[in-house]
Amino acid sequence: MAQLVTLQEAIAETVHDGDSVALEGFTHLIPFAAGHEVLRQGRRELELVRMTPDILYDQMVGVGAARRLVFSYGGNPGVGSLHRFRDAIEHGWPRPIEVEEHSHAGMANRYVAGASKLPFMVMRGYAGTDLPAHTNVRPMVCPFTGEELMAVPALNPDVAIVHAQEADRDGNVQLWGIPGVQKEAVLAASRSVVTVERIVEQLEPRPGGVVIPGWVIDYVAQAPGGSKPSYALGITERDNDFYREWDVISRDRERFTTWMDEHGLTGVTS
Amino acid sequence: MSDYSNGELQTIVAARSLAGKRSCFIGVGRPSTAALLARMVHNPDLVLVYESGTIGAKPFRVPLSIGDGELAQTADLVVSVPEMFNYWIGPGRVQVAFLGAAQIDPHANLNSTVIGDYAHPKTRLPGAGGAPEIATGCEEVVVIAPHTTRTLVQELDFKTTRGERTTMVITDLGVLTPSGGELTLTTLHPGVTVQQVRENTGWELKTTDNVQVSEAPTPEELAALRELVAR
Repeated sequence: MAQLVTLQEAIAETVHDGDSVALEGFTHLIPFAAGHEVLRQGRRELELVRMTPDILYDQMVGVGAARRLVFSYGGNPGVGSLHRFRDAIEHGWPRPIEVEEHSHAGMANRYVAGASKLPFMVMRGYAGTDLPAHTNVRPMVCPFTGEELMAVPALNPDVAIVHAQEADRDGNVQLWGIPGVQKEAVLAASRSVVTVERIVEQLEPRPGGVVIPGWVIDYVAQAPGGSKPSYALGITERDNDFYREWDVISRDRERFTTWMDEHGLTGVTS
Repeated sequence: MSDYSNGELQTIVAARSLAGKRSCFIGVGRPSTAALLARMVHNPDLVLVYESGTIGAKPFRVPLSIGDGELAQTADLVVSVPEMFNYWIGPGRVQVAFLGAAQIDPHANLNSTVIGDYAHPKTRLPGAGGAPEIATGCEEVVVIAPHTTRTLVQELDFKTTRGERTTMVITDLGVLTPSGGELTLTTLHPGVTVQQVRENTGWELKTTDNVQVSEAPTPEELAALRELVAR
């Protein structure tokens, strides 16, 4: 049963050095506030998992919090490169980082396998590209038709952290708008944290609403504006200007470090 | 001097390719602009599908990201990422895909992963995203890319996406289509020469017997495009 706690408590209880952590959100509802709390608490040696590492993971990689990155698309959506992500892979700055990359379909199906507590999912894909030689997938033959297919292994992170619009006092969560893979990530992980814009007395059904019951969530924390500069549909707006500004801030190591320092995100171990 | 840029013409030619099509998968940037233009000028019923899960999105403005709120608010349905790939893209329910890439080879295979060696890349690119399964799921793939020897290369540094279903590569200089499995110059944009295209292609580019010239933008197309971009 989900406990309603502060964001600080939720992160302190769930995220430890060396953990595999998935902060999900597919271009919407990105859990920035929670990711920043992970950095404030000084967590290091993380395996960061996410389909679309964008600015948040650029920040986490840029301060050296990650030893490994599992992903399918590392770009600043609509703007261009993630400069800290590139610097870490191209030059090992501030530390070398190991990568495991997939396609979106591959990552999505890895989460589905993880949520289903199955060892793998099967799909058409990867074959005929250079991806299989550099990542963790295996060809297999369909036992019914003989078709050559690809098996992708289950993804079961230690911790999943997602952001949603609302929760009630029992920790039942509802999110709406672009749903991404948040439900799958929560169900696949050993521990989970959901941050929400607001706590309400009762969840009201929303068109396209995805409800995650409180009994599959460990901690719910209120974090108004917790996905900025991403957004929570109907409550906050995506700050497209900041996504453009990040291109300038992150391009230069010194400017990046100064910005992270100013925002208290360099991670002083307490 | 023409009263439009090659980039504008590239977008307009891409929009024309969607006339009569049922649905199109698009990313951000020029493909998105082209698809919105197609809905304005050629094909008001065209179903736009964005990887973020928005099917039948009808944005008024060209979105900065595939996750912009307007896409979800105007979509016929909004689905999760697993549903998007497993129910819609994989089984071939989306007809056309617009893709971009850092490198394209003569067989229309694409690289969006690395420039240089994989383990020690000179340039780390964003990676595969949805492209590999989109390119094998959709019936037709249209690649939109700048025409330079850096982009159109003899050999890819990394094969991210297969080119078998590519029907057209639309560049700022002309249009290449596959013939006998190899991309061949079939159309030049007005004022561009075959020589110029060859100089900007990283392989010995073949040309069809009678190379066509793209129709210059009509006043209606150009006005619609500029109005769209200014929104």
